[in-house]
Amino acid sequence: MSDENTKTVSNATCTFCGCVCDDMILTVDMEHHRITKSQNACVLGKAWFKEHSVEERPFALISGRKASTEEGVEEAARILAEARYPIIYGLSDTTCEAQRVAVSIADMIGGNIDTTTSVCHGPTGMAFQSVGESTASLGEIKNRADLIIFWGGNPAEAHPRLFSRYAVTPKGMYTPNGRKDRTVVLVDVRRTASTPVADIFLQVKPGSDFEVLWALRALVKGRKVDASIEERTGISLAVLEDLTARMKRCQFGALLFGMGLTMTRGRHFNAGALLALATDLNEFTHFVAAPVRGHGNVTGADNVVSWQTGYPFGVNFSRGYPRFNPGEWTTADLLARGEADAAMIIASDPAANFAKGAIEHLKRIPVITLDPKTSVTSQIARVAFTTATYGINTPGTVYRMDGVPISLRPAFESPYPSDEQVLTAIRERVRTLLGGNRIPAGTPLAATST
Amino acid sequence: MAEKMTLIGGRSSKQGTALCVGKLGEEYLDVTTIVEMNAEDMARLGLQSDSKVRLRTETGEAIVRCKSRDTKDLPRGLLFIAYGPASSQLMAGDTAGSGMPISKNLEVEVEPVREDAESHGG
Repeated sequence: MSDENTKTVSNATCTFCGCVCDDMILTVDMEHHRITKSQNACVLGKAWFKEHSVEERPFALISGRKASTEEGVEEAARILAEARYPIIYGLSDTTCEAQRVAVSIADMIGGNIDTTTSVCHGPTGMAFQSVGESTASLGEIKNRADLIIFWGGNPAEAHPRLFSRYAVTPKGMYTPNGRKDRTVVLVDVRRTASTPVADIFLQVKPGSDFEVLWALRALVKGRKVDASIEERTGISLAVLEDLTARMKRCQFGALLFGMGLTMTRGRHFNAGALLALATDLNEFTHFVAAPVRGHGNVTGADNVVSWQTGYPFGVNFSRGYPRFNPGEWTTADLLARGEADAAMIIASDPAANFAKGAIEHLKRIPVITLDPKTSVTSQIARVAFTTATYGINTPGTVYRMDGVPISLRPAFESPYPSDEQVLTAIRERVRTLLGGNRIPAGTPLAATST
Repeated sequence: MAEKMTLIGGRSSKQGTALCVGKLGEEYLDVTTIVEMNAEDMARLGLQSDSKVRLRTETGEAIVRCKSRDTKDLPRGLLFIAYGPASSQLMAGDTAGSGMPISKNLEVEVEPVREDAESHGG
C-alpha cells in the first residue's frame, strides 16, 4: 500500500455505542476501502471499524432476487402505500437526518414508528415523563462528579471508554487527580469485568433493585428502614446507611444506570425510583441521573422522534396525528399480537432479537430492511437494501448518550447509498402513489376510523 | 433432572466484537450460545465446562453450552447469557404494557443434555 493510497482521518467518530467517542484517528486504505488502524478506539470500536469495509453485496434484493436500489425503492414504496397497518422500526444505528425522513414517511402513510429504545431504555423514557430527570452532560460528570454510582450495567464490556473518558479515571476541572478524586460504586446482581473498578460493590438479589432504591430514598429522607431489608435484597442496612451518607455529603453525585433496571420486573418503576432518588438528593447536594445508552444514535432517535411527534418512541399516526402508548404501539407488542401488515426495519435486527411470537409474525408480513450487513431480518425481507455505514461512509449527525449532538467525519465512500438517500427516495415514491398524506390534515376523526 | 434457575441476559465484549463481524457468523453464534453457571451448580448437575444444557421457559427452549463461574462472581441459581438468538427463544412477548419484554431475571428450567444432541437456539 503506497502513501497516496493511505488517508488519515482525525477526530472521527465511533458509532458503535452511545459513548460516541469523537477522538478517533483512523488510518484508511483507500485502495481497498477499509480502515486498517483505529487509534483511541476501545475493543468494540476497533472491531466496528475493522469489520465495516465495503462488502460485495447486491444493492437490493427483492424476494431474494438481485435488484437495483431504484427497483427496491419501487417495491418498498408499493408495500408501504398498500399496507393498512405499516410499521417502521429500528433507527438507532443511523443518522438523525435519516431518522427525520423515517418519521415523515410514518406520518405520510398513517403508520406506526418505533425505535429500539422501546426494548432498551423505553421504560426510562416512561419514567422521565412521570418523575423527571436531573441532567448533566458527560463533560460535567467528568469535570465535577466525585461520587459515581453505576447501577445495573457493565460498562467495562458494553461501554469501555465510559470509565476512561468520562466517569472514572479522567482528570477534570474539579477532579484534578482523576480516579483518586472519585468514589465509584457499582450495583449489580453479579460480579462482572466492571466490578474491580468499583470502590464499593453492592451485589443485590435479582429483582430487588426497586426495594434497594426505595430504602435509599427513605434513608435519604431520614426515615427508618428495618434491618430485614438485607433478607429481601442481599444488602445490609449498614451498607445502605453508609451509601446514603456518602451520597448526601458528596459534592456532585451521578447515578448512571443500565438495562439491569429496565429489562427486569418493575421496568419503569425501577428507573423512576432511581430518578426520584436523584431528585431527593438535590435537597442536600448536586446529584444527576442518566441512562447509559447502547446504540450509537439511539439518543438521536429519541430526540428526532420527540421533535417531530412530541413523543420519544412507540408513536402511531393512524388518525393523522401522533399518539403515544407503550404496550400498544411499541413494536414488540404489536408484532406479538400479530397486528402489523408490513414493516420497514432500519438498521436493526428484530428477527434475531425479539421474542418468538413477534418474530413469527414478522415472517408472515412483507418486510423491508435497510442495513449495511446481512442480518436475520434482511434474510426474511421482501426488499433488502444494502446501505452505507453511518460514520464510516456517510456524514450526518448523531447524539451522544447525554444528548450532545456530534457531527460524523466519514473515512471513505461507499458504492451503496445512505439510509437517508434510500428513505428519501421511498418517501417521494410513496407520496406519488398516495397523492400526498394517506390521511390529509384536517380530516374529521370519523372519516379515519376503520 | 431439571432445576429452576434465574437467567440474566446481557452484553459482553466478545458478543460486541462478534456482532461487528456479522450476526450470521460462527463467532456470534458461539458467543451467544454459552451460558455462564455457578461452579457448584454445575458440579451438582454433573456438568463440566462446555457441557450442553437445555434452558426452557414457558415460551421456548434453547440448547447451549456451559461455562463455569466462581460463586463469588455468579451466585448459585443465577445464570448469564449474552443476548442473541438463543436468549430470544426464551423471552415471552408480553410487556405488561411497557413495550419491553422481560429479558433479565427469567425463570428457566435447566436440564443437562446428552453430548450427541445438536446445539441450537430453538
